[in-house]
Amino acid sequence: MSLRTPLSRVLGLGSAKEGVEHWWWQRLTAVALIPLSIWFVVNALCLVGADYHEARLWATRSLNVTLLIAFVGVLLHHAQLGLQVVIEDYIHNEAWKLTLLLAIKFLSVFLFVGVVVRLFLAV
Amino acid sequence: MANTDRPLSPHLQVYRWQLTMLLSITHRATGIALSGGVLLLVYWIWALTAGQDDYRVAVEFFGSVIGRTVLFVMTLCLFYHLCNGIRHLFWDIGRGLELKSVYASGWAVTVATVLLTLGTWIAAYMMHGGQS
Repeated sequence: MSLRTPLSRVLGLGSAKEGVEHWWWQRLTAVALIPLSIWFVVNALCLVGADYHEARLWATRSLNVTLLIAFVGVLLHHAQLGLQVVIEDYIHNEAWKLTLLLAIKFLSVFLFVGVVVRLFLAV
Repeated sequence: MANTDRPLSPHLQVYRWQLTMLLSITHRATGIALSGGVLLLVYWIWALTAGQDDYRVAVEFFGSVIGRTVLFVMTLCLFYHLCNGIRHLFWDIGRGLELKSVYASGWAVTVATVLLTLGTWIAAYMMHGGQS
């Protein structure tokens, strides 16, 4: 005979009520990455064997810089969302889970800002 | 904390491996690998904006045997994750969820990955004659 109240038996169960944003942004960034990845692979092929000046010349075109920043940004966001799921799946120690999640999310933002700053300062 | 020393029933050693399981875990594995690959991309951008000497070091690294191996594996991961990702997006809109379709699309993804990877690397060598 359980001594728990009906309320205590149900608290915490049921819908989590949040998480759709994560699912949506994961798909949105995925769709955006289809053309961006293709663009990246094609351009990377063009830049194989290019010397420093050819590569810099490529980076002076604003379309290339724009797409590169878009590619890196969307890629980092998609990666960070995906890694979040992996961490939540496999790491159950709350302290480690939180630490890793924060580290990866902060690193993503830092890398993105870094890339934008580098490309702007170089131009 | 839960007692994790208790004996568990075997699962991976017992359950018959299927294409679906393999492709699913490979999608996760390639995703994780590509997350590491992003760091290489950021490094390349840093080198490009750093100056001729730093860029040469980066190019030498990517052109080395280790570098090319890493890039080849990254290409494989990229095309696999891309193709299987599209397969996932079709599932998300409710298409192709029948068992036959799942297996057919699964094989298509595997073949496409190999073809795209080989095609890209052949193109790379053809365009630049084996130099980095």
